Amino acid sequence: MAQTAVIGDEHAHDEHELHEPKGFVRKYIWSQDHKVIAIQYTITAIAVGLIALVLSWLMRMQIGFPSSLEFIDQEKYLQYVTMHGMIMVIYLLTALFLGGFGNYLIPLMIGARDMVFPYVNMLSYWTYLLSVLVLVASFFVPGGPTGAGWTLYPPQAILPGTPGYEWGIILMLVSLVIFVAAFTMGGLNYVTTVLQARTRGMTMMRLPLTVWGIFVSTILGLLAFPALFVAGVMMLFDRLLVTSFFMPSIVSMGQPLDYAGGSPLLFQHLFWFFGHPEVYIVALPAFGIISDLISTHARKNIFGYRMMVWAILAIGALSFVVWAHHMYVSGMNPYFGFFFATTTLIIAVPTAIKVYNWVLTLWQGNIHLSVPMLFSLAFILTFVAGGMSGLFLGNVVVDVPLSDTYFVVAHFHMVMGVAPVLAVFGGMYHWYPKVTGRLLNERMGKIHFWFTFLGTYAIYFPMHYLGFVGVPRRYYDFSGIGFIPDSAFTLNAFITVAALIVGVAQGIFLFNLVWSAFKGKPAGGNPWRATTLEWQTPQTPPVHGNWGPRLPIVYRWAYDYSVPGMEQDFLPQNYPPAREAAKAARGAPVVTETTP
Amino acid sequence: MSLLRALTEKSWMDKTIEDVPALGRLPMPTARVGLVVFLAVVSVLFSLLVASYAMRMAVGDWRPLPEPPVLWLNTLALMLGSLALHRSVAAARRGQLAVARARFLAGGICTVVFLAGQLVAWRQLDSLGYYVATNPADTFFYLLTALHGLHLLGGLVAWERTAVRLWRVPDTARVRLSIELCATYWHVLLVVWLVLFGVLLADNGGPIALPFMHHHTG
Repeated sequence: MAQTAVIGDEHAHDEHELHEPKGFVRKYIWSQDHKVIAIQYTITAIAVGLIALVLSWLMRMQIGFPSSLEFIDQEKYLQYVTMHGMIMVIYLLTALFLGGFGNYLIPLMIGARDMVFPYVNMLSYWTYLLSVLVLVASFFVPGGPTGAGWTLYPPQAILPGTPGYEWGIILMLVSLVIFVAAFTMGGLNYVTTVLQARTRGMTMMRLPLTVWGIFVSTILGLLAFPALFVAGVMMLFDRLLVTSFFMPSIVSMGQPLDYAGGSPLLFQHLFWFFGHPEVYIVALPAFGIISDLISTHARKNIFGYRMMVWAILAIGALSFVVWAHHMYVSGMNPYFGFFFATTTLIIAVPTAIKVYNWVLTLWQGNIHLSVPMLFSLAFILTFVAGGMSGLFLGNVVVDVPLSDTYFVVAHFHMVMGVAPVLAVFGGMYHWYPKVTGRLLNERMGKIHFWFTFLGTYAIYFPMHYLGFVGVPRRYYDFSGIGFIPDSAFTLNAFITVAALIVGVAQGIFLFNLVWSAFKGKPAGGNPWRATTLEWQTPQTPPVHGNWGPRLPIVYRWAYDYSVPGMEQDFLPQNYPPAREAAKAARGAPVVTETTP
Repeated sequence: MSLLRALTEKSWMDKTIEDVPALGRLPMPTARVGLVVFLAVVSVLFSLLVASYAMRMAVGDWRPLPEPPVLWLNTLALMLGSLALHRSVAAARRGQLAVARARFLAGGICTVVFLAGQLVAWRQLDSLGYYVATNPADTFFYLLTALHGLHLLGGLVAWERTAVRLWRVPDTARVRLSIELCATYWHVLLVVWLVLFGVLLADNGGPIALPFMHHHTG
């Protein structure tokens, strides 16, 4: 009975979909089409990411060549640190992976015409844009943006002495609260669409791993972002209404403040209950994308598909019980630290399964060193390097001395900065032909790749050594600190030069994005000869409704590459099995008809 | 669909052989799945607030505020509202349009009464000198009731849209699902309110407030 209701539901949905929007505004501005929304998300995220990139240049100039840019004072430096971190983690990576890749790929990969709640999906983007505008507005208010560090720890975040404590912090918190609302609207769509809008034959275990990664990542986001919301609202209360959720009794500039009894640790718990899953919110989609890229560009089925899915689920579950490993230096019961160190190190198991399976997928594959494959290989290397230093930091006794040094900067930039960005690039080079109908220029792509890959290693690898010698992070000026050797200053200058070069190299990518949209090589519908449904659309780029009159039907998993005995080296998911194979599957002897 | 079976499928071996394989969706309307996902988010939100409440209470400067008696009346109003929507669903399922309309309207009115009552409680506390920043107990009271009230206000938007449709359609078939979803949302927000109310009451010498917590309050 329920089933009938459901099928009726689908018909109603289809009829609704047939009304294609007319006119530029409805089609490209107030669009409810998941593909347009995906592009809107992507462009906005890249634009705000460029701001964060420039901020990182300014920081590096101060560190590598102190006081060479006169307008950077201590306050500005801290503001750059804060805004760079917050933008990169939330407004760029989260928005790009889920709002960008998620929006574009989920309906196409599962064989749906659109997200299940297109109107809410549209609202999600515009709410996200509002949060970005509020955030960017904080650059222009008196006192500038907040300089509290991206973790916004109270009490300092809202006290005089921290830059932007008047206006910047308020706009930051308001922007975060708006972002959470935007994410929730989008997330509802992604999860419900994967559950309800899969086409016939598309079982959960036939989903491409990209969809699995985005799906579980979205669930993590839906469960974790409320913590950021709660923390943000409570801190707004403390800042605006002088309540004392997080604020203890404090004497500031000789004056006792009206705060009393609040718990800064409470904020840290809430923040990291969001903050740690956030790491996997950007890592899981990257895992998924890399899995599909490797399989496609090595012409080989993914090794251990079920293990890959289970590992994604295990990582997702574990990510909610490790948050306090960010708080080892905040002071905690030793048993507490022991617990969180244990859970943290256990995550290495499913993560290692994924890495081994990627390597085993490559093993004896027909590896095409296309640009997406190069980025995928670079991702594996970078993720392993970043993960290894995570093993150090996961242990309390090792973390305590390293926690406030550049070792941590190196670790998290490798593991959740560079690695996910490499996955983003790999994914963009891979799916750009579907979005535009043209390939990105390969020569420019390779130049971009080598600058980015080698360049980021030049930036972050030396930071491990800086951390070992004790160079503290978040400092504006290192002069006069006795234990820092002169060589550290030379190294910092080198890192700055590398950072400038890597930043400029991203211009090649941006130019390529624009240039190839007009002058790129026409790609056809399926340039990579891939199996997943998004490459089987009747038109490229796909039109409104994606599939023409009839939805595709799925007969097989997403990784039928180089199947023995087949003429072509890939079988799309909607490729019907041959009659003989069907008979054999039913248990009927295939040869009976030919036997006399 | 068994979750275990779904997650252990050997999809690389099993090829579909029939021409029109089944849809793999959950046996419930898509809108309901969306609502369930959203309610999970709402539940996490309020769970985190309750956890914060408990942690903050343990710090030692906690001075419980007197819960205004009107909160009991409000609770009754919200329960009646939830019940009315529940009965409206029953009527809609039987196709009794007029009954469904009356009960649906009653559900909305009860909710407005609840929200008005919450405002009364705020004014009473305010006139007694329990301001937002007086004590964390007061802050939490205002924060929790405000967030819960905002969620109900959002619900009332959906209620209003459903009501408009309910008064336009000739029979209940096409709005039944919307009424059901409203009822579900109201039930969950009622449970949330009961939990919040219980937690707010419990700090008046209840099981959460241990004696040592009051030593510093003088």
